[in-house]
Amino acid sequence: MSGNLNLTLKVWRQAGPSAPGKFEEYAAHDVSTEMSFLEMLDVVNERLIMAGKDPIAFDHDCREGICGMCGLMINGAAHGPNKLTTACQLHMRSFKDGDTLTIEPWRATAFPVLRDLVVDRGAFDRIIQAGGFISVPTGSPQDANALPIAKQDAEESMDAAACIGCGACVAACPNASASLFTAAKIGHLGLLPQGQPERYRRALKMVAQMDLEGFGGCTLFGECMAACPKGISIDFIKRMNGDFIYASATARDEKVLLGAG
Amino acid sequence: MKLDSRIPSGPMAEKWDKHRFEMKLVNPANKRKYHIIVVGSGLAGASAAASLSELGYNVSCFAFQDSPRRAHSIAAQGGINGAKNYRNDGDSIQRLFYDTVKGGDFRAREANVYRLAQVSVNIIDQCVAQGVPFAREYGGLLANRSFGGAQVSRTFYARGQTGQQLLLGAYQALEKEIAAGGVKMYNRHEMLDVVTIGGVARGIITRDLVTGKVEAHVADAVVLGTGGYGNVFYLSTNAQGCNVTATYRAYKKGAAFANPCYTQIHPTCIPVAGEHQSKLTLMSESLRNDGRVWVPKRREDCGKKPSEVAEEDRDYYLERKYPSYGNLAPRDISSRAAKEVCDDGRGVGPGGRGVYLDFSEAIGRVGVQGIAERYGNLFEMYQRITDEDPYKVPMRIYPASHYSMGGLWVDYNLMSTIPGLHVIGEANFSDHGANRLGASALMQGLADGYFVLPYTIGHYLASNKLDKVTTDHAEFRAALEGVERRTSTLLGIKGKRTADSFHRELGKILWEHCGMARNEAGLKQALQEIPKLREEFWQNVTVPGSGDSLNQQLEKAGRVADFLEFGELLCLDALHREESCGGHFREEYQEAGEAKRNDEDFCYVAAWEYTGDRSAPVLNKEPLEFESVHLATRSYK
Repeated sequence: MSGNLNLTLKVWRQAGPSAPGKFEEYAAHDVSTEMSFLEMLDVVNERLIMAGKDPIAFDHDCREGICGMCGLMINGAAHGPNKLTTACQLHMRSFKDGDTLTIEPWRATAFPVLRDLVVDRGAFDRIIQAGGFISVPTGSPQDANALPIAKQDAEESMDAAACIGCGACVAACPNASASLFTAAKIGHLGLLPQGQPERYRRALKMVAQMDLEGFGGCTLFGECMAACPKGISIDFIKRMNGDFIYASATARDEKVLLGAG
Repeated sequence: MKLDSRIPSGPMAEKWDKHRFEMKLVNPANKRKYHIIVVGSGLAGASAAASLSELGYNVSCFAFQDSPRRAHSIAAQGGINGAKNYRNDGDSIQRLFYDTVKGGDFRAREANVYRLAQVSVNIIDQCVAQGVPFAREYGGLLANRSFGGAQVSRTFYARGQTGQQLLLGAYQALEKEIAAGGVKMYNRHEMLDVVTIGGVARGIITRDLVTGKVEAHVADAVVLGTGGYGNVFYLSTNAQGCNVTATYRAYKKGAAFANPCYTQIHPTCIPVAGEHQSKLTLMSESLRNDGRVWVPKRREDCGKKPSEVAEEDRDYYLERKYPSYGNLAPRDISSRAAKEVCDDGRGVGPGGRGVYLDFSEAIGRVGVQGIAERYGNLFEMYQRITDEDPYKVPMRIYPASHYSMGGLWVDYNLMSTIPGLHVIGEANFSDHGANRLGASALMQGLADGYFVLPYTIGHYLASNKLDKVTTDHAEFRAALEGVERRTSTLLGIKGKRTADSFHRELGKILWEHCGMARNEAGLKQALQEIPKLREEFWQNVTVPGSGDSLNQQLEKAGRVADFLEFGELLCLDALHREESCGGHFREEYQEAGEAKRNDEDFCYVAAWEYTGDRSAPVLNKEPLEFESVHLATRSYK
């Protein structure tokens, strides 16, 4: 059903990384239920600009739930109230006339606020840099069908690979842990035969980087899985822990050949 | 301007091998002395940056998003073509080449397309080795699906998220190289100008989107992988940030812009819901493998529920008009057919701008579970947006701007008319002619980045002696000051309209007069309206905030300013091309409702050369010669 809503927004405003922030209240009148949440913010911003005020900064790009750029806490829930839905795919029909919506950025030490609702998620890239890849220089591979992979393994790997790196798992976690994000990549690559040569090295390095970035430890609350817009299972954390423990117990010094050749 | 396509001589199938041998190499120890700038981190940019770094070059990569993984390649759904012939259904490099040239309505450069088909097989190998979890059969081998414009099954896919998985493969390779020190990544940086010295590309000017700092970067070669300009229509399937700025700035510095009028309007998108709409969402073309497109035969049935329209009262117009390709007719043809039935008053849904994509027959055939396995995520996305369940009622779809075949002109080496400035992926013009076939964009982006540019850029560097320059050079200083001046001008206008409102109005002008169907009168009107709108923009736009911090309105205003100039070039190109081909349909040139090409007069690439803000661009022509695929009227009947 389409219709129009009148809402009150309480939005976190912060001019810069070191500036103090505070909530400000805005009236959002005449919001169509057909709008997405971000389109509602567009309309509010358009009105703020016309009133000579600073619009609300928020990250967004694809607006179809795949780029992972958007991310807002809406009434305390990462990406808002709907399961398996990013903020850009959340539609205003999920709210009622007269609702008050509190909108905040992701809250985590490892994700410093840059402005208003925009945070720096560079820590995620650095976790990938630590080992979230298969080292295969361009041009070196064999024929794609030379390595059969059980359908079940490919499907499970894809379940983990579906992560969009939005950071909702961190924002939802009481410890601000990045375990689900890190585990998803370890699971994606570790479930495939191509990922085996670096599997344990990858687990050690990525977990170490995750800790270094200031994310909290995982105590298996499960909030991450509930907030994940791609439904990534907490089972991958179990798998990561298994790889990490095995890797720690069996770690060998990496041999460096000096003077070879 | 002289357009030298540098197509190697010899038989089509041997050109690339011959060229690879003839190109000069850079000694491994010398590669690290060269600095290459890659702008953009999508499939083309990320694959190029990672591959160049693996070779030993010193690379800097720039992206306006907060991470290279966000680039809009991530949103590609359906798949990537590869001439593997794993299905034993008659595919070959020659056939992929043929399909692509024909699909592009004979307006692409043959030699580039042949090379694309050749390296398509290497791409699949590379991606699998990186851990891209493509769909597989129970035997563990790769699965395939069909896509528009082809009669073989050559499309590899990872659920409805193929672009995401391919981009993550390239992104991970890029992050590996960042960790190894070969690539320096600049996230949240936007390129605002190309710097040329003595006519040769030597660097770029960027704005740090967090601090507002405008900076100059020197390089030995510059690569643009900055995507397409579909957002010129305002509403499109592109991400909000997609823009023409990088390529348009390069155009103003001397790079010819080729075939801007070749824009792809994708047939299967969710229709517009209201004025607030900020983007249109694509429903993958792969859905047309199982979905049947129809509208009621009679106008008076359009208001009825789809279930109330009897089978014999439905017009499955694609199956009727194109029996051999049916619902898998190419995109341009399917889009126009949808427009035609809606113009005939037989469209469905609000405003009558929609057609049904119906899965009931397929659900009867393979069951709900079978359909969910193939398209589950797309069905969920459709339901989230429209609040309708496509397992129960047919989807409603309508065409939307999706891809730009046009782009900066490049030679066989992917170099623009500015020496040293290379252009890859959607940002160039070379491979898709006047219409791109489904699952070919991912192929082209990765072909350019992984398997073409790493060779050709080495040849450029080894063949040219470049003087050492620094950012103190007058050209760098002038470009930097130009960018700063433009920023302060935008901030200083303090008018009464937002950048978005101008963008929306520009989009309406273009969609009306230069969208799925174009005619002389409409294009002339658009060419009157756009300069007026642009003039108003520079008098009346308002950009709040300052230039020295994160300011999304300022970013937006700069991009809209470029769209307001580029839109005019697009219409100019569409007006001059007095024929219909691919995505460019001129109403005056048709035969029995089908596009009528004019090979006699228009079998060329139109490469526009900038001559100044107050003078008209000059048209340069690269004649297209077809030696392997004979020019023929495209038929999908």
